[in-house]
Amino acid sequence: MKKPVIEFHNYSFKYNSQVEPTLRDLNFTIYEGEKVLIVGPSGSGKSTIGHCINGLVPFSFKGEVTGSLKILGKEAKSLDIFSLSKMVGTVLQDPDGQFIGLTVGEDIAFALENDCTEQQAMHGIVDEVAKMVEMDGYLTSSIHHLSGGQKQRVSLAGVLVDKVGILLFDEPLANLDPATGKYAIELIDRIQKETNTTVVIIEHRLEDVLHCPVDRIIVIDDGRVVADMSPDRLLASKYLEKSYIREPLYVKAAKYAGCEIMEEMKPAHPSTFALDGCRDQLLTWVEAVDIVPSSEKREPILELKDISFSYEPGRETIHDVSFSIEKGEMVSIVGKNGAGKSTLSKIICGFEKLSSGQILFDGHDITHDTIKERSLRIGMVMQNPNHMISKNMIFDEVALGLVIRGVPEEEVKERVETTLKICGLYPFRNWPISALSFGQKKRVTIASILVLEPEVIILDEPTAGQDLRHYTEIMEFLVELNRQGKTIVMITHDMHLMLEYTPRAIVIKGGRKIADDSAAAILTDSRIIQQANLKETSLFELAKRLEIGEPRRFVERFIAYDREVRNIWQ
Amino acid sequence: MAVEMLSYIDRKSPIHELTGVTKLICFIIWSSAAMLTYDTRILAFLFIFSIVIFLISKIKLKEISFILIFILVFLLLNNIAIYVFSPQEGVKIYGTSHVLFEIFGRHNVTIEQIFYQINITLKYFTVIPVALLFIATTHPSEFAASMNRIGVSYRISYAVALALRYIPDVQRDFRNIALSQQARGIDMSSKEKLPKRIKNATSIIIPLILSSLEKIDTISNAMELRGFGKNKKRTWYSARPFQKRDYLTLIAFALLFVISMVVTYYDGDRFYNPFV
Amino acid sequence: MFKKLFSIKTIVAIGIGAAVFIILAKFASIPSPIPNTSIQTSYAFLALMAIVFGPIAGGLIGLIGHALNDAISYGSVWWSWVVVSMIVGFLIGLVAKKIDIESGDFSKKKIITFNITQVLAQAIGWLLIAPLLDILIYAEPANKVFAQGFFAVVSNIVTVGVIGTILLIAYAKTRSKSNSLHREL
Ligand SMILES: Nc1ncnc2c1ncn2[C@@H]1O[C@H](COP(=O)(O)OP(=O)(O)OP(=O)(O)O)[C@@H](O)[C@H]1O
Ligand SMILES: Nc1ncnc2c1ncn2[C@@H]1O[C@H](COP(=O)(O)OP(=O)(O)OP(=O)(O)O)[C@@H](O)[C@H]1O
Ligand SMILES: [Mg+2]
Ligand SMILES: [Mg+2]
Repeated sequence: MKKPVIEFHNYSFKYNSQVEPTLRDLNFTIYEGEKVLIVGPSGSGKSTIGHCINGLVPFSFKGEVTGSLKILGKEAKSLDIFSLSKMVGTVLQDPDGQFIGLTVGEDIAFALENDCTEQQAMHGIVDEVAKMVEMDGYLTSSIHHLSGGQKQRVSLAGVLVDKVGILLFDEPLANLDPATGKYAIELIDRIQKETNTTVVIIEHRLEDVLHCPVDRIIVIDDGRVVADMSPDRLLASKYLEKSYIREPLYVKAAKYAGCEIMEEMKPAHPSTFALDGCRDQLLTWVEAVDIVPSSEKREPILELKDISFSYEPGRETIHDVSFSIEKGEMVSIVGKNGAGKSTLSKIICGFEKLSSGQILFDGHDITHDTIKERSLRIGMVMQNPNHMISKNMIFDEVALGLVIRGVPEEEVKERVETTLKICGLYPFRNWPISALSFGQKKRVTIASILVLEPEVIILDEPTAGQDLRHYTEIMEFLVELNRQGKTIVMITHDMHLMLEYTPRAIVIKGGRKIADDSAAAILTDSRIIQQANLKETSLFELAKRLEIGEPRRFVERFIAYDREVRNIWQ
Repeated sequence: MAVEMLSYIDRKSPIHELTGVTKLICFIIWSSAAMLTYDTRILAFLFIFSIVIFLISKIKLKEISFILIFILVFLLLNNIAIYVFSPQEGVKIYGTSHVLFEIFGRHNVTIEQIFYQINITLKYFTVIPVALLFIATTHPSEFAASMNRIGVSYRISYAVALALRYIPDVQRDFRNIALSQQARGIDMSSKEKLPKRIKNATSIIIPLILSSLEKIDTISNAMELRGFGKNKKRTWYSARPFQKRDYLTLIAFALLFVISMVVTYYDGDRFYNPFV
Repeated sequence: MFKKLFSIKTIVAIGIGAAVFIILAKFASIPSPIPNTSIQTSYAFLALMAIVFGPIAGGLIGLIGHALNDAISYGSVWWSWVVVSMIVGFLIGLVAKKIDIESGDFSKKKIITFNITQVLAQAIGWLLIAPLLDILIYAEPANKVFAQGFFAVVSNIVTVGVIGTILLIAYAKTRSKSNSLHREL
């Protein structure tokens, strides 16, 4: 009999400030050595479950708990947070709270210091763990100077020093590039095998987590458990679709083609997925494709000419980047963590002053325009929502730009409410932002820019941490704006998003542009994929297994069909 | 926005090699000596000695010139203020009055006043090189460990470490908030008029403060999860062990302190009076 | 006892508070004609922190924030004024319990309590302690240091009175009351 380590029994939790409970009547058990994935729409209560396990609920987040939660056989209520921290190691969702130490070494050592570990022993453990996550060359680097992927590794190392029995990851993949994401999942898998810990992962990127085997998936919707089963069984069911969670693309394609997915087909991984039964269906499905006509050439709206930039003297972050974006285009900017994508977007908006080069908007030189002047035409959603929010209340935050521009009150109200509906935030309009989940916060920042309807919109990782439904709503709204002639630039790590919505993609590597081509062409160029840490989607893999000559056609067929299906939600 | 701040300068020098604890204690001894004495001879000696230490540290004047200029301007203004408010202070202290020339009323210029003001300036000057060095040669990670070592509670020491750790973060937040406000239409560049700019600047302060308060919650949660504060003590990853040179330096500074106190106070007055 | 006085939250509040104090002192202060003094928005923030986190946090934010700021911007520490920042933060914090800002209620009566306290605290600090320490340590002329103290007290009382009150009102608004949030369709 396996030993239970986390047992929720009729467990409910209500935050003090809320009227309704956030978690309702949870019943599930996680056993020793298991690897469990928790999925669910944004705002469904996943992070809250994580906080119950690590003790932040109710020690730090106050509220009403009913029912019972046992960690390693002990009632969580009866333990203090220190004893819990010996049992559970957590990597938090909010990147701002993750690092405490000044340097990598210190941060990894933090828990050891608190345990009064002898200095020499401490250095030994830190070295060992740093090697495990391949950060041993960076022990004296300052945390500020790491890229997103490296930061993720350090936070992992920080919990690994503490030989805990349970590891809890809240969205470990958000903001990681596809290759690093894959690496992180492999790393978690390896560590679990080596140390035989119980692992709980909360993630929106289901397909990416399934890259390594998972024992069970728990689906949460609106604070309730709606499914708790093995990945194979779950993928054969309708639960994911019902809760608007993105299924693995190859499974979705098979479903669209009319195949019936069964547990025995082992759909959890594209390489084990037994296709034989539905090969023909997929092949006929792909025949009925109508390729979207490529649009005609238009005049450029935004031109970058030989842009160079450095944060610190002597170390250039952007080298000689030039590209031009046409009016009414939708373009992706992709590339490895730390390549300089966000930096580039900040340069375009005037947040950073370029050291050489020129930026043209509609043919006019805007290199020396102020941020405000640029903001009238270019809107930007930054990567970290905490960097944008400046009001307490959701409504005020979204209305801010309109109010500053002197738009009449009536109109402000109307436009803000419409935008809040698009971003799925209307029910929360009178809430303080501090009571939102992380994904909801990100949507507030998207809403605050969309409401201004600028001619060019730049979005830095707009869909990170969003569920499929909100993703679709936001993206379809962008498409609608695009049809009205607005230009959209997206920085993203989601390869499928790039294929689906942006015909063209620009690839950045080490501050240089290394490719500028159609999205599909980029994802079939293995040299670029490798250089820029990109990844083919599983649809390509499926197409190859089906021996379809042109995988691109297959992907395009999927996208067209998928968009149509999801349009019904609106 | 990029205001320069004094921070750790990485270098290989005998001063850098001393532990943070040694430097902290020496810094305290030094400041106390300079604070207590008004003896010109001692001050002059301390000043010259501090220049020597500065040279040993291999920190270049250029690297800290921005702060030096600041200090010089401050001292100049301070001297002017002292003279304007109290032109007879020197006469009062030293008991004699050698007038050099008259300006008007009380405002004549006496040798005593000049001597007194030179002493005040010297007093500041003796502390500055050592204080600058203390900051420029002590790695911030070692700072908290050192405070804890000399007896400050580790909780307070860690608060100081957090302050040092988060200054760049808060500065970045400040900038980000300013930028994102501008990106939604508030103009803070020089193209807007000054009073409006001041008013707009205040619109950054409130979000900065509120977001910092939220950050306090996030960070204390993270620290709690990683077991901060569970024991009466804690160890430090970046503390460095004491070596012979540390003991020698401490002994030298202690001696220096005793000698300067003896010389200063043996005539019962903290001022050195060349006029009688 | 000690552990209670210095909960993790208090420690973090002191650390982050000191960092914010420094950033405000550097970027959000308006220089004044009298040397060594300027109109400091950072004191409004100090008052807020003292009310939210109590006297110990208030005092230490003043002490650490001011000392570090002196150190990194002027290369040395003016202890006489640093001590005053500490005392002002501590004294204002003494009414933290009474005001109880966490309740989300910052009524007129509480605004008055806050302002009387801050005026008293600052008067004691800038008019009494700062000049005395300047005279003791640096033997600076009495009328000069009192003039400086007088200017500091006037400008700081106004700054804390106006900006500090605004900050506290804004903070009180963020404290959502229990059972107040529900989805409105
Ligand atoms: N501190 C809080 N105070 C009050 N309500 C909160 C608080 N934190 C979260 N909530 C509420 O609980 C709900 C669930 O939040 P939670 O962070 O658990 O969501 P999540 O599933 O992790 O979402 P995401 O995928 O966006 O991170 C949210 O709708 C939010 O309104
Ligand atoms: N404020 C800053 N000061 C100094 N260096 C910085 C700063 N911001 C970013 N960098 C560095 O510049 C490089 C590019 O960073 P940037 O944030 O643009 O990467 P990115 O492509 O957006 O990566 P990610 O996909 O992880 O978001 C990185 O090496 C990073 O360490
Ligand atoms: Mg979450
Ligand atoms: Mg980025």
